Amino acid sequence: MAILVYVEQASGKIKKTSLEAISYAFALAQKTGEGAVVAIALGTIDVQELAAIGEAGASKVLHGTDERLNAGVIQAHATAVAQAFQAVGASTLVLAKSSLGDAVAARLAIKLEAGLVSNVVELPQLENGFVVKRSIYTGKAFADTIMTTPKKILAIKKNAVDQKVDGVKAQVEVFDLSLPATDFASKITDTKRTIGEVLLPEADIVVSGGRGMKGPENWGMIEDLAQSLGAATGCSKPVSDLGWRPHHEHVGQTGVKVAPTLYIAIGISGAIQHLAGVNSSKCIVVINKDPEAPFFKAADYGIVGDAFEIVPQLTAALKAAQ
Amino acid sequence: MKILVCITHVPDTTSKIHFTDNNTKFDPSGVQYIIGPYDDYALARAVELRDQTGGTLTALNVGEAETEPSLRKALAIGADDAIRINSFPKDSFFVAKQIAQVAKEGSYDLILMGRESIDFNGGMVHGMVGELLGMPSFSPVMKLEVEGTTVKMAREIEGGKEYLEAQLPLIAGCQEPIAEWKIPNMRGIMSARTKPLVVVEPGSFATQAEASSYQLPPAKGAVKLVDKDQVAELVRLLKNEAKVL
Repeated sequence: MAILVYVEQASGKIKKTSLEAISYAFALAQKTGEGAVVAIALGTIDVQELAAIGEAGASKVLHGTDERLNAGVIQAHATAVAQAFQAVGASTLVLAKSSLGDAVAARLAIKLEAGLVSNVVELPQLENGFVVKRSIYTGKAFADTIMTTPKKILAIKKNAVDQKVDGVKAQVEVFDLSLPATDFASKITDTKRTIGEVLLPEADIVVSGGRGMKGPENWGMIEDLAQSLGAATGCSKPVSDLGWRPHHEHVGQTGVKVAPTLYIAIGISGAIQHLAGVNSSKCIVVINKDPEAPFFKAADYGIVGDAFEIVPQLTAALKAAQ
Repeated sequence: MKILVCITHVPDTTSKIHFTDNNTKFDPSGVQYIIGPYDDYALARAVELRDQTGGTLTALNVGEAETEPSLRKALAIGADDAIRINSFPKDSFFVAKQIAQVAKEGSYDLILMGRESIDFNGGMVHGMVGELLGMPSFSPVMKLEVEGTTVKMAREIEGGKEYLEAQLPLIAGCQEPIAEWKIPNMRGIMSARTKPLVVVEPGSFATQAEASSYQLPPAKGAVKLVDKDQVAELVRLLKNEAKVL
């Protein structure tokens, strides 16, 4: 029995969260004694890039080369992954949680008659059946979930495992797909991508600003700090509601949920809805002039003071330390 | 056009989460319940579409009797009728099966719901219902227009937006800014009392992944404050102590 991992690409690069999913599958295979970890990748991707998936723990990569799959066409991706699942005789499908991954996994659960758990945060416990721990209530709690089906699908939350980097290059095989035209019935008319920025849901470091920044004209210092760290920029809900920053930067319960190694919150008081979007961060730094700001209770490090003075100093100190 | 909106009945976003019975049950004491925020966006857009194109709007929830206030609120906001499938929502597979069964009978043209519930955050039900009904499903949808049988949508993708066109019938998992939340007015609240709310018994479907016990995250240690004149010290701590740089 093999474990199949559905990996996602963005502009021909395998996403880091997908490499974490491979690493998770590798650790799972070791724990359950299951066989090989096989990846399925879809669309136009360079063969070297595919072989490098092996470093995270996959021994083989199946490549569905149909260029119509460069876009995240949900039904076609689900059909393709189901065909790979059957072809390798897999028992378990692992993937990284993402907006595309969720949609594809849900359809696959029905197609494959497999149980599905999303937001998985660690390897399963096998002492009493197959028990998976997942994050619920937007990170405010965890649930141990018993999976009863022979086939299983696990959608992994970011940072659930450390990415493995010491594997060897994987063998890459072209995988023939037979995709019905109905899977492509919806027509993508346009795609707009923000080029050159670090993607917020995937970022290892996030710098967010709140209403304490006083206006969109002051975001230059947030961007400078983010740039010095190679970080993505985010904001609180009031900031996106006021139109200071675009909606896709809104971090929180009803916005983007992030799980970076380092989250820096500037001029954000720390409403419970905002905290729900950041509570999976490894380390939280809060800069706020109000010592009573609730965010300090959720922070690892804090500075009480004026962001307009501290942020430029922090950027300079970071540059000096590099 | 026949529209179905599926709503969840969930703890309000400011709720403190607690568990009882040796951490096997959610503790509802002191918790206020709301229509899931993403479902509320779907509902608001559904009301607008019904008003534009005519037809009917049905609100649906899989839940026990205590979820009825949320369905009444959906009626007050503008749904024409409501269906409650009388069962605790055991897992996403179970819920999807229940919804698909009712949706099949109703032959809806458009099925909207939130991109995910805010209790279990799975984001799975729209895709499962789509596969069960053989319909395309799209998520997260932030714009949705209907022109005849063509649906024009904008979907959020990592790092951008994708614009697409598809044909009815279809399913969409919605998020902001698809519509502004609607607050029920007095007339809506009055009329909601007499609008039909049908209770149907659940189909007997198996579950696949039920939660058995719950845990809260470990308490966070105290924050380490750095003096505002010692910003370089913060960089040193992040590098050498937290090891995150």
